Amino acid sequence: MARTLITVPPTARAGEVIEIRTLIAHSMETGYRPGADGKVVPRDLIRRFSCTYDDGASQQLVFGAELFPAIAANPYIAFSLVATASGTLRLVWEGDNGFAQTETVAIRVS
Amino acid sequence: MKTPSPNRRQILATAASVGGLLLVARPASAAILPADLAAAIAAFTKGAPLREGRVTLEIAELVDNGNAVPITVAVASPMTAADHVTAISVFNERNPQREVISVQLGPRSGRAQVSTRIRLATSQKIVAVARLSDGSCWSRTVEVVVTLAACIEGES
Repeated sequence: MARTLITVPPTARAGEVIEIRTLIAHSMETGYRPGADGKVVPRDLIRRFSCTYDDGASQQLVFGAELFPAIAANPYIAFSLVATASGTLRLVWEGDNGFAQTETVAIRVS
Repeated sequence: MKTPSPNRRQILATAASVGGLLLVARPASAAILPADLAAAIAAFTKGAPLREGRVTLEIAELVDNGNAVPITVAVASPMTAADHVTAISVFNERNPQREVISVQLGPRSGRAQVSTRIRLATSQKIVAVARLSDGSCWSRTVEVVVTLAACIEGES
């Protein structure tokens, strides 16, 4: 399991636009870079990130991203969404070599 | 010491004026992009004409370290069900691969803005393209200077 850092505002008003910031520990090996032995280090990337918002009434994909080798190591992604009701955010990272990680965070809307 | 010949003065004057022209021409235009970059953008726009504007691309013009360059793309859009940004994609000119990131948004995003950190192999142009719900595509091109490149050449 890779370490993640997810920042969500502690509380939000209904209808407010909030910013979600995410960071995950991952080398994002490009597959272009030779290692210490002179051989190219095999590619190992996170290819896709998505955020699903479950607000009790519905589950909706609010943000999706395809990542390429040009994304820096330990991918940081910040995006925004409309807080509709209290619920959970499901953040999913998927990548090469079967990498898959899911994190859920609670979101409180007043 | 010999006084400078008129010829040399002329050369200096010409050089100065050319330098001035270069400064004026510096804001990058999307009209003159290399073929592979234009092809990558065309694959994203799906044939829609690319117009400049509405998109803001925030990135340091002088990058000290190309391994992690903060970048923020925002699009002026009300983000309502009728009028919103459906996708934003960022392209580069001189990394090994033209694509950088491609994100999908919707009215639930509230604001058409995304931030991340990218790698830059060398000084180059960065192009951000946004696709709106009406099918139109908007872009913004920025030229950046990179002093320390991202490690695609290996540890030497």
